[in-house]
Amino acid sequence: MTAPLFIFFVLAAVAVLGAISLIVQRHPIHSALSLIVVMVALAGLYLLMGAEFVAAVQIIVYGGAIMVLFVFVIMLLNAGEEERTNFSKLATYAGIPLALAVTGLIAAALVRSSGSLPAPVPSGALTSTKALSMLLFSEFVYPFELTSFLILVAILGAIVLAQREN
Amino acid sequence: MVPTNYYLLLSAILFGLGIVAFVFKRNIITLFMAIELMLNAVNLAFVAFSQSLGKPDGEVFVLFVIVVAAAEAAVGLGIIILTARNRRSLNVERVDLLKL
Repeated sequence: MTAPLFIFFVLAAVAVLGAISLIVQRHPIHSALSLIVVMVALAGLYLLMGAEFVAAVQIIVYGGAIMVLFVFVIMLLNAGEEERTNFSKLATYAGIPLALAVTGLIAAALVRSSGSLPAPVPSGALTSTKALSMLLFSEFVYPFELTSFLILVAILGAIVLAQREN
Repeated sequence: MVPTNYYLLLSAILFGLGIVAFVFKRNIITLFMAIELMLNAVNLAFVAFSQSLGKPDGEVFVLFVIVVAAAEAAVGLGIIILTARNRRSLNVERVDLLKL
């Protein structure tokens, strides 16, 4: 087994175990920490594929900003262990076969569509970041500017929603 | 090197686990985390295709997905704070009426 393949399997196992841990843990804060593990493992996979910039953004924005927001809200609301209900049992019997079917379907579709694509190869130091930024600021410059409006609206929305009424 | 199919299979598995978490969990915050997990799984497929084809378009999409996820998390958690304040519960089954 070559070194990249070994690293892939280690990171994939960490990601899948983290996702399973997210489901199994009863306390939201434990689920949040499991999700951070998944995100860091995915950042490692991006590095393995040679997408350095996406890996950095994944760590900073997902692992940093978004998950800190989650942890803050969990602590702010003092969320305790979740309670089980009758509906949880129904979810077990109906949800797991459904999820397996959907997973199989997506996997089959993805694998079939990828056909005989070449393996992702890291392309030298920082070339992919340069190509990415050239594309982002030429062809995708309008969507890029629109995202700043989206963020602005989201900030305003979050403030309006979360403020205390007088 | 690692074949593209391996990444795609991992992406599908993570997406499936996200669905399971979404169906299983009863805490509204954990449901949000399940959505984030599914978005991450899709990002993995995007990057795998992008790197495999040698075109950075997919990575640009990933950046947009991350921006939308951040906006969604900010607004969604604002709604969760509001709901928790009004209902005194984080269980989604207690949030089944449009008005109080």
